[in-house]
Amino acid sequence: MFQLAGVTKSYAGRSALGPITLDTLAGRTTVLIGPSGCGKSTLLRLLIGLIEPDAGTVTFDGTPVTPETARPVRRRTGYVIQDGGLFPHLTARGNITLMARHLGWDRARIAARVAELAALTRLPADGLDRYPHQLSGGQRQRVGLMRALMLDPAALLLDEPLGALDPLVRADLQADLRDVFGALGKTVVMVTHDLGEAAFFAARIVLLRDGQVVQEGSPADLWNRPADPFVTRFVQAQRGPQIPQEAT
Amino acid sequence: MTRLAIAALVLLTGCSPDRAGSARPVAVGSKKFTESVILAEMAAQLARQAGTDANREDLGGTPALWLALTQGDIDVYPEYTGTITRQILQADPPDLAAALAAHGVRMSRPLGFRNNYALGMRKDVAAAKGIRYVSDLRAHPDLRLGFIHEFLDRPDGWPGLKPHYGLPQTNVRGMNHTLAYRALVEKAIDVTEVYTTDGEIAQYDLLVLEDDRHFFPAYEAVWLYRADLEDRRPGVVAQLRRLEGRITETDMQRMNARVQEEKANEGQVAAEFLTRTLGAEVSVADESLAARLIKTTGEHLALVVPSLLAAVLVAVPLGVLAARRPALGRGVLGATGVLQTIPSLALLLFMIPVMKFLLDEGTGAPPAVAALFLYSLLPIVRNTYTGLKGIPHSLQESAEALGLTPWAILWRVELPLAAPTILAGVKTAAVINVGTATLGGFIGAGGYGRPILRGIDKFDIPLMLEGAIPAALMALAVEGLFELAERAVARRP
Ligand SMILES: Nc1ncnc2c1ncn2[C@@H]1O[C@H](COP(=O)(O)OP(=O)(O)O)[C@@H](O)[C@H]1O
Ligand SMILES: [Mg+2]
Repeated sequence: MFQLAGVTKSYAGRSALGPITLDTLAGRTTVLIGPSGCGKSTLLRLLIGLIEPDAGTVTFDGTPVTPETARPVRRRTGYVIQDGGLFPHLTARGNITLMARHLGWDRARIAARVAELAALTRLPADGLDRYPHQLSGGQRQRVGLMRALMLDPAALLLDEPLGALDPLVRADLQADLRDVFGALGKTVVMVTHDLGEAAFFAARIVLLRDGQVVQEGSPADLWNRPADPFVTRFVQAQRGPQIPQEAT
Repeated sequence: MTRLAIAALVLLTGCSPDRAGSARPVAVGSKKFTESVILAEMAAQLARQAGTDANREDLGGTPALWLALTQGDIDVYPEYTGTITRQILQADPPDLAAALAAHGVRMSRPLGFRNNYALGMRKDVAAAKGIRYVSDLRAHPDLRLGFIHEFLDRPDGWPGLKPHYGLPQTNVRGMNHTLAYRALVEKAIDVTEVYTTDGEIAQYDLLVLEDDRHFFPAYEAVWLYRADLEDRRPGVVAQLRRLEGRITETDMQRMNARVQEEKANEGQVAAEFLTRTLGAEVSVADESLAARLIKTTGEHLALVVPSLLAAVLVAVPLGVLAARRPALGRGVLGATGVLQTIPSLALLLFMIPVMKFLLDEGTGAPPAVAALFLYSLLPIVRNTYTGLKGIPHSLQESAEALGLTPWAILWRVELPLAAPTILAGVKTAAVINVGTATLGGFIGAGGYGRPILRGIDKFDIPLMLEGAIPAALMALAVEGLFELAERAVARRP
């Protein structure tokens, strides 16, 4: 669905990304992973034309993403960022329906779609009329997801959507998100820095370092066939809980 | 931008170029001193006798009144023959009536008294120096002179008097007429100009120096009125002319003193005189305090509300532009900042010729509204700019990522997010505006400034407070109102 061909991006002469060539899997989930500052968010922004590449091309369904074509691409793509990026002056419902209202959907259609999404994302009914600061972190992410899904986009981009949540809420939401992705069969590109989370979601993981792809493949590939010592270090740095041995 | 502002102002103040229409009340002009106000009151009351509505407008100096009369802002005002020849026409034509008719203006016969310019001194100071005539002043070069500003400018004032007598004094200051009397009594100055009908001459027992070389012309009080007044308002001119030859110098001195010393209301004094002298059943326009307050409050709001609304309509887009285009933004913020550093009174006076040029209306409310408008721009532009610049980048990105158009982003996301900051800017502008609008009193714009300035002129503290206290209360009320609005807008974080 999204294709990057020889894309580079630098800020003030410092390379932030690339050159990079990458395809997303249509109808499947691709997870971008890598240390902080490696260019994951930059890559997502390039996909929907929020920033322009210095070189190379980004295409969506075969159409180049340029300033002129970016808006239709954005309307066919949902985008969720770490804290949800919700507008504080609108209620959850106001946030979710903003774009549909802008496009002139009628009330009934909007209400039906909101109800459908609330059920899908399991947002409590009373959450819809709260302002973002009145919602919990997990609820905010559910609202962010509903907003991204409102127009029934072909693709969904998520930039560390679960980064700031406590472990229980996070596990809950991980499971719900995976169900949603599975139910909808959309093309998903998700950013995380947690390998466990990546393995939980992904058919395919793309590991980035300093703006370059180090390795891409299934979770098993990364564990069992690391491409270089960096991958090994990265895999080993993710540790589960150390349970102290009991003396017998 | 200017064009937009003008359009907004025209729209909001409802100024139309057709001001000489017959539907509006007869407008009587007056200068800013007691005698002129009393005479104008008489004219207004007599015009009402002819069965029409009539308003009094305090417009300030001779040039402003002459302008207002010739362009049809006012219909009539009391003037003095000496002023007509020396200052207005700057000629002494054999046929004064014909010279005035060329300007579409007619003159009544003299009302009876003369209000000549003269120089006045404390009797004891004059006696000590042996001064009785104006020419005696030549021997005392270090006398301190204090004149009103208009006297310092007029050819029949100091600029003519000095060479005519060869006066050597260099210590000459401009000051308010009432203050000049005070200063003279307190010996802060030695000589001031007086009008021979001033109530203060008797009150302070002053010596009026004899004009031994006949410099000052006769200043006989007359009505100046528009030639078309007779056609538009039949009967009004006849009513005005009933006063020809009826007011003596003593009458006028007494009426001036009634207002200056006893703080009587000018309208009341005028009505008493008309009743006594003409047996006229005049409607005394002596409103109650409440009625006066309602009127000045209405006038004040008519200055504040249109100027503020116009400023919001212009300043918010300017602030948006400034936030969008940084180079332009610096220019816009700089320019509105410079406007703010112009002293408010100077800006107000500067707007007189500007509005005369733009709307053909150089007195009253329009220049005041224009000045207040310019003054209100900066706080609103700056806060709009700051409010927009303060929106977190992540929210801007979220809005863009939704696929909203730039206009929709501005309208649905950015402006609502910046609203509390913008509102705070409008509040600041409104509070400044309410205070600054009192200066409108200087150019006849009405509002709370009028009682304040009349109060200063008459040394009438209660009258000053009649303007100052409501102005302060209105500022507080505006502040309170905006705080309520801010709270409503800020329900969210
Ligand atoms: N708007 C920007 N201006 C300057 N540098 C930026 C900007 N956005 C990102 N960068 C830089 O580009 C690099 C990649 O950033 P980013 O894509 O945000 O990384 P990640 O999301 O993987 O943590 C970093 O070095 C970051 O400092
Ligand atoms: Mg990032």
